[in-house]
Amino acid sequence: MRKLKEFFVERLILICGLASIFFVILIFLFLTKEGLAVFKSVRPLDFLLGRNWYPISEPAQLGILPLIFGSLLVTLGAAVISIPIGVACAVYIAEIAPLKIKEVLKAGIELLAAIPSVVLGFIGMVTLVPWVKTTFHLPTGLTALSGSIILAFMAMPTIVSIAEDALYSVPKSYKEGAFALGATHWQTIYRVLLPAASSGIVAAIMLGIGRVIGETMAVMMITGNAAVIPHSILVSVRTLTATIAAEMGEAVVGSEHYFALFAIGIVLFIISFIINVTADLFLHKRR
Amino acid sequence: MVKFNAKNLNIWFGQIHALKGVNIEIEANEILSVIGPSNSGKTSFLRMLNRLNELHANFRMSGWLEFDREEIKRINVESLRKRVGMVFALPLPLPLSIFENVAYGVRMHGEKNRGKVAGIVEGALKQAYLWDEVKDRLGVSAFKLSGGQQQRLCIARTLAVAPEVILFDEPCSGLDPISTAKVEEAMLRLKKDYTIVLVTNNVKQAARVGDRTAFFLSGELVELDRTQKLFTAPADRRTDGYIRGEFG
Amino acid sequence: MRNTQRSQKIAFFFLFLATLLIVVPVGLIVVIIIQKGLPAINWQFLSDIPRQGMRAGGIFPAIIGTFYLVLGAIIFALPIGLLAAIYLSEYAKDNILNRIIKLAIVNLSGVPSVVYGLFGLALFVVFLRFGASILSGSLTLGIMILPIIVTTSREALESVPQSFREVSLSLGASKWQTIRHIVLPNAIPGILTGTILGLGRAAGETAPILFTVAAFYLPQLPKSIFDQAMALPYHLYVISTQVPNVDEKIRYGTALVLLFLVLFMNLVAIIIRYNFRKKKKW
Repeated sequence: MRKLKEFFVERLILICGLASIFFVILIFLFLTKEGLAVFKSVRPLDFLLGRNWYPISEPAQLGILPLIFGSLLVTLGAAVISIPIGVACAVYIAEIAPLKIKEVLKAGIELLAAIPSVVLGFIGMVTLVPWVKTTFHLPTGLTALSGSIILAFMAMPTIVSIAEDALYSVPKSYKEGAFALGATHWQTIYRVLLPAASSGIVAAIMLGIGRVIGETMAVMMITGNAAVIPHSILVSVRTLTATIAAEMGEAVVGSEHYFALFAIGIVLFIISFIINVTADLFLHKRR
Repeated sequence: MVKFNAKNLNIWFGQIHALKGVNIEIEANEILSVIGPSNSGKTSFLRMLNRLNELHANFRMSGWLEFDREEIKRINVESLRKRVGMVFALPLPLPLSIFENVAYGVRMHGEKNRGKVAGIVEGALKQAYLWDEVKDRLGVSAFKLSGGQQQRLCIARTLAVAPEVILFDEPCSGLDPISTAKVEEAMLRLKKDYTIVLVTNNVKQAARVGDRTAFFLSGELVELDRTQKLFTAPADRRTDGYIRGEFG
Repeated sequence: MRNTQRSQKIAFFFLFLATLLIVVPVGLIVVIIIQKGLPAINWQFLSDIPRQGMRAGGIFPAIIGTFYLVLGAIIFALPIGLLAAIYLSEYAKDNILNRIIKLAIVNLSGVPSVVYGLFGLALFVVFLRFGASILSGSLTLGIMILPIIVTTSREALESVPQSFREVSLSLGASKWQTIRHIVLPNAIPGILTGTILGLGRAAGETAPILFTVAAFYLPQLPKSIFDQAMALPYHLYVISTQVPNVDEKIRYGTALVLLFLVLFMNLVAIIIRYNFRKKKKW
């Protein structure tokens, strides 16, 4: 009787162990099931490189290049801001901060990671957007720049915590060796610790950027959502994610527009898949 | 009567050949001391006897090993471990109360009657000479006991499931001399009811309690003889060197 | 030598500055929301339905909706996530399958939240015909937080010393008995921490519920899991971008309630973890 019960419990455990694989496949399956249908009416290359996104005009023009550019621009801006600050903060926490301050800082970073994106978007709307508008004398503050700044704050917790982990796991002997040769603390950090932790830091940056590309609500609220190819960081843009979130509500199930939004979902899924697998390789290289 | 019988026993952990062609018979109601330097295979040998090596991911074996004339692989592993108990190198109480530590194995084997469990626990604690020290605080965490008490608790825990053989894996390595003496005394008294295999780093301890002594080196069983014979007139030069402390 | 000392000082100053650049805005955000949101908080705000096109009244249906969604997500994700963690920590061998499972978990945790929303729409709302409902939303959120629960639970299980398992097995207990009676009880604080972090994440996410459950405005409370519901994060989105002329106080108040909810859960998780580390017996 006990044997039988244990047999079933262990089968159940195995099934749940496989559940993650099952869900990844399920997600991909349903994205492609709905998304590939769009390629009956648009050629894949025209979809990816088309310069016009007018999903409800007659006939619909479904080119996502402006959206890709929008995502890229916002992501690039966020990366430029968050990578130096994030890595510097990780170094400060891992190497310089006294123990007590370290704990406080780490809790602060965790706090930032926990703030819902819609709250950050809201705060960005009421504080950052007016500031950008007046500082740069723009007709609207809903720009790629505003999006980049807010997104940088969503990337930083990821970058800081993973990079800090990577720095922390560099063997102590490296550091002691450098000190023994008479190097200062700072020399030790940038000549020994940073190179030794580099693959972990690369992974941290990649995962941070992955978070930025996938971020939806905050971007949608503060980038202005203009689906045109941007020529500057001070104009409104529309990202891939925001397009899905903003338009799915109006798209009729089974329409071309609906399929196109799922096709954008496939693009996002593939991007995140590549980023995460590569970052994971970098993390494992370290060990 | 022969309890364990190993013929040409080889085991590997990944690439490491941990036991090499070991032949040994372990008699019922004897204390067999197993000595040898670290990494000599003595603990791996001990953990063969209750199949604990199988927890290791890359474990492989060849050769023959039987317990009570039954090939060990064919015995249900849980009932084998119930019959062949083990006391570990460090005192390892489970994070439970003193009472629950001793009752754990009994309960896992399906005993639900509270009175019966309590009786078994009391008996086991008495056999391990711990009852008088803990009878008033059976409910407190086992981590509150001293190291020596914890180790005797571990012995009691093993006795509670009524094994036929008890394996001791360097049971005194973390203990002071007084606690060690108590554990050794317990072993000597247990001998009449149980077969005991004692792995130890302490050559003198092996000499004090063992009826027979086996000397392992680099995975090989170098010599096995009556303890007195092995310590006074070893047949192998390496045994002689080890017991005289030339290497360790 | 003077020179290297000076460059060290300058470098450390910039590192410190970078840290301030993260921490100070975070502090400001929290302070601003508390300062401007607190005046909006009163019993009526928390217990009334939205009135006058969401420009007055309270946010009670959104709080309740979020509560149901989070509850549903955890009911779905905790058993699966915990058993998956047990598989990875106790049963999985170091082979290809194990590697693929880990990769799948990494991927699940990286999938953009809006893609979860699409998935939930395609599978639960359309294919399984659950419609836009609490059930669809909960399942979508549940799959989204699964990696958090698996990862933290697995860490908790693996931090239970191997020697406990050996002792239990050496007494003749079976593998499952060992897990059930020794490993699990000692991993509970870690599992709890992960669960609460998952709850916090589910409570704050908007994109996955956009097309699977969230109602723009719903004056009555949901009656079954097949009903639509309002939810706090979506409500905040709606009143800050979709409805003109909402009193700023109400927006800040809603943001404060959401922020408080999420940070409170995180705080509880941190406290549990801290106490557990302090009390650890081994």
